[in-house]
Amino acid sequence: MQGAAAAAAYGSAPYATSQTPLPDAATAGARGEHVQQATLTVNGRPYVLAIEPRVTLLDALREYIGLTGTKKGCDRGQCGACTVLVNGRRINSCLTLALAHEGDEVVTVEGLSSFGKGAGKPHPVQAAFVEQDAFQCGYCTPGQICSAVGLLAEARAQGFELTEDVIRERMSGNICRCGAYPNIVAAVKKAGDAG
Amino acid sequence: MNSFTYVRASDLDAAVREGARADTYYLGAGTNLLDLMKGGVERPARLVDVTRLPLAAIEELPGGGLRIGAMVSNADAASHPLVTSRYPLLAQALLAGASPQLRNMATTGGNLLQRTRCSYFYDTGFSACNKRKPGSGCAALEGHNRMHAILGASDKCIAVHPSDMAVALAALDAAVRVRGPKGERAIPMREFHRLPGDAPQRDTTLQHGELITAVDLPSPQFTKAHYLKVRDRASYAFALVSVAAALDMDGERIKTARVALGGVAHKPWRATRSEELLIGKTLEPEALKPAAIAAVEGAKGYRDNKFKIELAQRAIVRALRTAGGAA
Repeated sequence: MQGAAAAAAYGSAPYATSQTPLPDAATAGARGEHVQQATLTVNGRPYVLAIEPRVTLLDALREYIGLTGTKKGCDRGQCGACTVLVNGRRINSCLTLALAHEGDEVVTVEGLSSFGKGAGKPHPVQAAFVEQDAFQCGYCTPGQICSAVGLLAEARAQGFELTEDVIRERMSGNICRCGAYPNIVAAVKKAGDAG
Repeated sequence: MNSFTYVRASDLDAAVREGARADTYYLGAGTNLLDLMKGGVERPARLVDVTRLPLAAIEELPGGGLRIGAMVSNADAASHPLVTSRYPLLAQALLAGASPQLRNMATTGGNLLQRTRCSYFYDTGFSACNKRKPGSGCAALEGHNRMHAILGASDKCIAVHPSDMAVALAALDAAVRVRGPKGERAIPMREFHRLPGDAPQRDTTLQHGELITAVDLPSPQFTKAHYLKVRDRASYAFALVSVAAALDMDGERIKTARVALGGVAHKPWRATRSEELLIGKTLEPEALKPAAIAAVEGAKGYRDNKFKIELAQRAIVRALRTAGGAA
């Protein structure tokens, strides 16, 4: 999408790879930019960002905070590679504005382990993906895993059973071009059964 | 994506005041609007974020109806006990739409206002699209039109409305509550979306600045219902044809029926003539056939979508039989 001029991360962003100096207000106005300041909470840490409103949550995570675990596939909400958890629910981070998530709890694949059984260990869904060999190239995997974590929470909250058909239907927002679906389904089932 | 100003509305009055300004759009979850902005199809100067307005409740109405706030997510509406128990048709339609991630994001109001997925509308590389650029023509008329309309189209536009939720709402006689600079009003679902005619750039009868606040459902009348969606893959695809069927039975015979079609027109297509013909009929396929034929009366197919005329009839019979427990 837009380049580095669109936004800058500063302050507590530990992974920031490109820090562009903030344009001052007068310059920003003259250039038609509308930089706004916002604090995003990602994996339990606050990040103070100065970004244009058009920066998506996905681009904020990857380009301005430096958390590149979340992947950009289609950038149009069709592939699910950008799936993250917001307030515990899975969403497509490419189709939402970063500014719209002030005050929300964003969790990316990098933050899952600290929410699993024992911080630092892989999340049970991550462990199941490794055990079941649920990937080939791995590009869709962070999105698949975040989506599966969201699905398990939905199944618990709504009380539906995770049959193979249900898993396939409820994971249909995540495309795997390597076709690792049989093992992805097995991994989700295993993680779900382990509860 | 073009640069724009982002404003978060603090309350309803402020939202409507901001939304009435020129080149301003309301922003719900943005799952369709941001997609369109990335492609340059939409280029608003200002967005008013309405997602934090107090419009996210599902509450019972006096008289037995149900009000679904405009900011209730599609996922929350689909799993709410009052929806699943009283309006299973709506829950089924919601779950047939999009992906779980998108349903977690997409709002009730935003779902109604999503725009067609006609590829000639979506791709600014094509110069001819009356919906995107009035007067420029319709590339779909002579182009790839497998997904396009068979009913109610015009020579200006053959796009279809993509929502599943809206088809169920049309069948259930819902009303859309809106608030604008001139006050509040309720628009019956059947009058909310419009046919393309000479102005396909207008999808709905909303006026600029009007904000959807809720969808009201009348008290549940139908004990049996089924939403059938026929599509090119098993999940996460737009409908070729969909049918929202609801029945109230008197023994073996239909007392009252509701039939609405998706994927066939510029708006959810209520088949009222079919509904009349269904009264007193059994669920035998032959008994249902005249109603299915009536639903596609006047249908017109184009190069790639003529199959929809037959498909719609078969889907209607199957949806009615499934709703009634006969299939």
